[in-house]
Amino acid sequence: MADLRSEFVGIKSPNPFWLASAPPTDKEYNVRRAFAQGWGGVVWKTLGLDPHIVNVNGPRYGAVWGADRRLLGLNNIELITDRPLEVNLQEIKAVKRDFPDRAMVVSLMVPCDEESWAFILKKVEDTGADGVELNFGCPHGMSERGMGSAVGQVPEYIEMVARWCKAHTRMPVIVKLTPNITDIRYPARAAKKGGADAVSLINTVSSITAVDLDSFSPEPSIDGKGSHGGYCGPAVKPIALNMVAEIARDPETRGLPISGIGGITTWRDAAEFMALGAGNVQVCTAAMTYGFKVVEEMISGLGQWMDEKGHADLGAFTGRAVPNVTDWQYLNLNYVTKARIDQDLCIKCGRCYAACEDTSHQAIAIRPGRVFEVIDAECVACNLCVNVCPVETCITMERLEAGTVDPRTGRTVEQRYANWTTHPNNPMAEAAE
Amino acid sequence: MTASPQTPGIVAGRLPSAVVADNFSDVAPPLTAHEALVAADRCYFCYDAPCIAACPTAIDIPLFIRQIATGTAEAAARTIFAQNIMGGMCARVCPTETLCEEACVREAAEGKPVEIGRLQRFATDKLMAAGVHPFSRAAATGKRVAVIGAGPAGLAGAHRLAMLGHDVTVFEARPKPGGLNEYGIAAYKTVGEFARAEVDWLLRIGGIEIRHDHALGREVTLEGLRADYDAVLLGVGLGDVHKLEVPGRELVGVRPAVEFIAELRQAADKSSLPIGRRVVVIGGGMTAIDAAVQSKLLGAEEVTIVYRRGQERMSASADEQEHATTTGVRLVYHAVPIRLEGDGRIERAVFAYTMETEAGLAVSEETFTLAADQLFLAIGQTLAEVPAGLVLEAGKIEVDGAGRTGLERVWAAGDCRHGGEDLTVTAVAQGRDAAMDIHAQLMGG
Repeated sequence: MADLRSEFVGIKSPNPFWLASAPPTDKEYNVRRAFAQGWGGVVWKTLGLDPHIVNVNGPRYGAVWGADRRLLGLNNIELITDRPLEVNLQEIKAVKRDFPDRAMVVSLMVPCDEESWAFILKKVEDTGADGVELNFGCPHGMSERGMGSAVGQVPEYIEMVARWCKAHTRMPVIVKLTPNITDIRYPARAAKKGGADAVSLINTVSSITAVDLDSFSPEPSIDGKGSHGGYCGPAVKPIALNMVAEIARDPETRGLPISGIGGITTWRDAAEFMALGAGNVQVCTAAMTYGFKVVEEMISGLGQWMDEKGHADLGAFTGRAVPNVTDWQYLNLNYVTKARIDQDLCIKCGRCYAACEDTSHQAIAIRPGRVFEVIDAECVACNLCVNVCPVETCITMERLEAGTVDPRTGRTVEQRYANWTTHPNNPMAEAAE
Repeated sequence: MTASPQTPGIVAGRLPSAVVADNFSDVAPPLTAHEALVAADRCYFCYDAPCIAACPTAIDIPLFIRQIATGTAEAAARTIFAQNIMGGMCARVCPTETLCEEACVREAAEGKPVEIGRLQRFATDKLMAAGVHPFSRAAATGKRVAVIGAGPAGLAGAHRLAMLGHDVTVFEARPKPGGLNEYGIAAYKTVGEFARAEVDWLLRIGGIEIRHDHALGREVTLEGLRADYDAVLLGVGLGDVHKLEVPGRELVGVRPAVEFIAELRQAADKSSLPIGRRVVVIGGGMTAIDAAVQSKLLGAEEVTIVYRRGQERMSASADEQEHATTTGVRLVYHAVPIRLEGDGRIERAVFAYTMETEAGLAVSEETFTLAADQLFLAIGQTLAEVPAGLVLEAGKIEVDGAGRTGLERVWAAGDCRHGGEDLTVTAVAQGRDAAMDIHAQLMGG
C-alpha cells in the first residue's frame, strides 16, 4: 500500500489533503468533523485583529455551472473570520490538542505594521498550531483596507511582512499568493527573499460571475449592487497549475515548497498539482460543494494510482512533471500527429466535424452513413476534435513515425528534435549545428 | 348491481369511476421546469443532427433543446411550430422511440436518448398555455383554397396556406375538428381536451373557416370545389375499415376498433362506457394497442391482441407493445381468426396459427379458441370514397412528391395519400408541404 503520509515544511499530516483557509475551516465544529472524516490538515480561516470584521448580510457566493448544474466555479465576497480573535484561538488550541497528528496551520491577515504581526503571531504560537499562512491573496473587501491581495500585489510588501513574521515566530511561515498579478514569479521570489518557508497558491481570482438581467446587478447581488469577488473551483485549476509550475521551474525559487491550491476536486487533480511541484494540496470548493466526505475518494484514488504506478510515497512523484514544463520555443516541431477517430466508439454526433469545419482546418469529412474521417492532408493536429468529442478516447492524436510523409506538408517526418530557435522562419534563429 | 371485471357480457362500471379516471390520466406527465433543464442538458447539439433527419417534419431539435436549456422555452416552441404546427400533439403521440429518439446519438452511446418528445411538450405547452400564437398572416393574396378534412393533414395545410395569405375553407364531415387527434388516439395520450384546444389555438392564425358536417360526396363534391376554389387539398383520411371475411362477423359485439376508440374519446365519463369481460382485438398496429389497452383500463378482465404475423412485424412500436403488456394485455402472434361463434352475440373466436412462407402467410390446420364477449377489429382502414379522376395506388390516392394528384389543382396529404406512415406527424408534414406547393403554384402563375 502506498504511503500517503505527508511532511510539508516540517508539518506532518497523515495525507497531503488539507482544507484551505475558507468557510469550511472557520470554526471548531467544522474542523473536528473534517478531521473525523479524514482530512490530513486544515488552514484555519484567516484571523485578524479585534474588533472583528463584519460580513455582508446578503448572499456571499456567486456561481458558474456546467451541464446538469454541476458547479464549475464559485466566487465569494466573504471576508476573514467574523468572530472574536480569542474565540478562534481557544478553538484552535482545543482541536489541535485532540488531533495532534493533523496539520493545524492558521491563516493570518493584519495591517501592514510589524507590531500587529508580532502580536498575533505570539497568540497563535500559544495555541500549539503547527504553522501560519499569511493571507496576501484575498482580492475582495480586505484589499480595500490595504490587506490581502493589496499586499500580495506588491512584492516589496510581501518580502517585508514575511521577514517580520520569520523574526517573530519559530513556526513555519507559508505565504499565500494572489493570482491577480501579471507574473506569479515576482511575488514568489519576494516571499523567498523575505525568508518564507513556503508559498501556497492560488488564492481566488477577481471575478464577477453573472449579471441579473432584470435588475442589472452583478451577482451575488446585495441590494441591487455587487462587488467583485474571488473566483475558485474547478474553473480556476488550469490557472493555478500554471502558476505552480512557473514557480517550481523558476531558477530563483526552485526548491521553495509549494502548497497547491485551486480547483482541486478529485485525487487526480491533487496528483497533478503535486506532479507539478506542489508538496501538498489544499481543497475548498470541492468540500463546499460535496461536503467533507470527498476526501475519502481523494485518499483511496491517490493510493490506488500510486500503487498501480509503483510510487511508494508522495516523494516518488512530487515534481516529476516539472522538468517537462518548458517554453513554447523549445517544443519539438518534428513531433507530427494526426487525429484518429475510433469508428467503434463514435456515436456520430458530428461535433468534431462542426468544430473542424466551421472553426479549424476543414480536416474532417463526412462519409455516407455519418462516418466521420480525418483528412490527413488538412489535419494540423490542433486537438479541437478531441476536446469537443463527448466520448472519451474516441478521438486520439497519433504520432506519424519518422520517415513517413505528412500529407499536409508533403515533408518527410524527421526523427530529430527541432524547435523554433533553429527554424529557418525565425529571424532570430541560431545557426543550425 | 355494481359490475366487476368478472361480470359476464358487455357492461359499464366494471371499475369505480375514480379508478377509471385515474387510469385515463396523462400517461406521460409533463416535465417540470427542473426536469426539463436536466433533460435538455443531455443534448449534444449534434451537427446535422440525426434526430432532425428522423423527424418527418424536420424540427430543428438541437436548437429547440438548446433554447430550453438557456431558459427560452418560448423560443423553443417557435422553432418547433415553424416546422410542425401540431408540435403539441406530436409531442404526445409520436412514436419517438422509432423516430427522433431512436436516432439520438445518446441512444447509440448509452441506450438512453435525450427525451426529445417530452422536451417538445414542455416547450409547446408553455407557449400555448401563455395563449401565444406565434405566427401572423402575410398580406392577402386573394386566392381561395378548399381543404377537405380537418384532421392533422388538412389543418396543417390550412394553417400554412392561411399564413401565406390565402383564404381557406375547411370542409369537415364530423361535428368536431381534429380528425384522428380528436376521434382516434388513446385518451390517456391527450388528456384535458388537448386536441380541441390545439385546433382552437391553430385557428388563431385567422383566415380559416371550418364548415362542419360537410362530407365529400355528400354536401360537397370535388368537382364543385374545383370550380369554386383556386386549389383543393384532400386530407380526408381513411374513412372506412377493412372487413373481416370470416363467418360470424355479423355477431353482436364485433365492431371496428376505431369506432370504440372514437366513442371512448368523446365520452365525458369513461366509466359509463360498456366493455366486455373478455375482449379480443385483431390487428398489429397502434389502433389495436390503443383499443386493447383502453379496454383493460375500463376494467375488462381479459384482453388479448391477436396478430397474424410475428412480433417483429407489428407496426406498433416496441414501446407501445410493452405498454400493452404492462397494462395486462396479452399478445398472441401468428394467428388469424377463422370463425366467430355465438348465439346472436359473440361468445368465442376460433383462430388458426399461421406460418411465414416464401409464398406469403400460410394458415395451418392447428386452431385454438378464445372466449370473447367483445371483439375489436383493428385490421386497417381504407379510403371511404374516391372521387372520379383520382388515381389510386395500393388503395390510396397517388401523388407526386409535393402531394399533387392526377387532377389539376388538387393535392392530397395525410393517411388518404399513398406513401405515408399513418402517423400524425407524417400527415402534418404532408399537409404543410402540399400547402407550400399550392402556394408556389398559385403565386407562380
